[in-house]
Amino acid sequence: MEQIVQLFFNMAILERVGPFLLRGLGMTLLLSLVIVPMGVISGAIVAMLYSLRRRWLNWLLIAYVDFFRAFPPLVLLLFIYGGLPFLGVDLPLFGTVALAFLLNTSSYYGEIFRAGIESIPRGQTEAARSTGLSGWQTMLYVTLPQATRNVLPDLISNTLEVIKLTTLASVVGFSELLNNARNAQALTYNATPIVVAALAYLALLWPLVRLVSRLEHKSIAVR
Amino acid sequence: MELQRLAFSFFNADVASRYWPQIVEGFWLTTQLGAAVIVAGIVLGLALALLRAFHFKPANFLIVFFADALRALPPLVVIILLFFALPFVGISMSALMATWLSLSLVLAAFAEEIFWAGILAVPKGQTEAARSTGMTRAQTLMNVVLPQALRLTIPPLTNRMISITKGTALGSVIAVHEIIYHASSGASEAGNPTPLTLGALAYLVLFVPVVIFGRWVETRFAWKR
Repeated sequence: MEQIVQLFFNMAILERVGPFLLRGLGMTLLLSLVIVPMGVISGAIVAMLYSLRRRWLNWLLIAYVDFFRAFPPLVLLLFIYGGLPFLGVDLPLFGTVALAFLLNTSSYYGEIFRAGIESIPRGQTEAARSTGLSGWQTMLYVTLPQATRNVLPDLISNTLEVIKLTTLASVVGFSELLNNARNAQALTYNATPIVVAALAYLALLWPLVRLVSRLEHKSIAVR
Repeated sequence: MELQRLAFSFFNADVASRYWPQIVEGFWLTTQLGAAVIVAGIVLGLALALLRAFHFKPANFLIVFFADALRALPPLVVIILLFFALPFVGISMSALMATWLSLSLVLAAFAEEIFWAGILAVPKGQTEAARSTGMTRAQTLMNVVLPQALRLTIPPLTNRMISITKGTALGSVIAVHEIIYHASSGASEAGNPTPLTLGALAYLVLFVPVVIFGRWVETRFAWKR
């Protein structure tokens, strides 16, 4: 028992690496705060373009969405990370990571918003148009708000996935929480940093998991 | 000229011919690993959901705890915990085993929640009617509730299976020799990103049909409102 505490919950080590882990947590939060809003906005744009029902455009959008859903995000990240320098593009690490995750998440958010927009009856659009709203006004003030409400559980669930996704950035040495925890573990030869990082992810994401569960059960009950 | 340089970097036939056997090897490992994760994850998830349907309080508490924790933890963190932290208490396993176990547990957590939501969605009257005909609780669950619940769970379950089998790429972090491991080590060895292009293509070959299948499943088994 004593030994387990020494190896997994070592206070002396935690005191030493604590600030380093906190800095990592800060980067994890910053990365999430950049990717989630950008992903939501670009996803909504993808879905709104889809609702225009232009044949070739929809074909392109579906190809875009399916392409990035088929790609494991880690593969996308490593491809961009390893490939961009050969294109002569020199992006800072934060930009590389954000670009890879944005391409991935915007396609997921796009699919969710598309389902939401399709769940709104045509009568809503027709009524809005008959009051004199333009096509875009109808989309922004009538269709999209209702669509968002209908797919809220999926949106939150995807946001949870996006935050979990940020751990992949550790693979290319971006100093977020998991990266710092692994470095600290290698330096101290002790599992405490990783265990603490795992607990931090739990504390951060558990409320979201509970919220998703509640919303999903509610939406099934309504059916 | 510019295009030629691009082709030399990303579609270098010479580099490709040297590395594609490794990528193919990785392709099969990824496929097998993915299949093993799906089987173990779905079986465990279904077993937990069925167990939960018996409303045995201490067991349910543990199941909900398990499902919540593994849905909250990033899969890469689970893999690293199993592979790097457990050896400190004398439990060590191969990288392949750690990846398989981690992803199976994560899939089981999501599958349990999906199956459970499906079971809850079957109206109570179904259970009451089945019980009144003299069926036991287990018979009711297996013969009446579950078949109806399963149909509802197919679309979300398919999507979840796809996203978690894509997680096999995470194994490369602890040196499981799947596609992206060979691709990125090949790229740094050759000083040329062509192996990465090959790896990316291999994933597309593997997952584009799966994603399209997922789309079909979603419309085929859609909720009738």
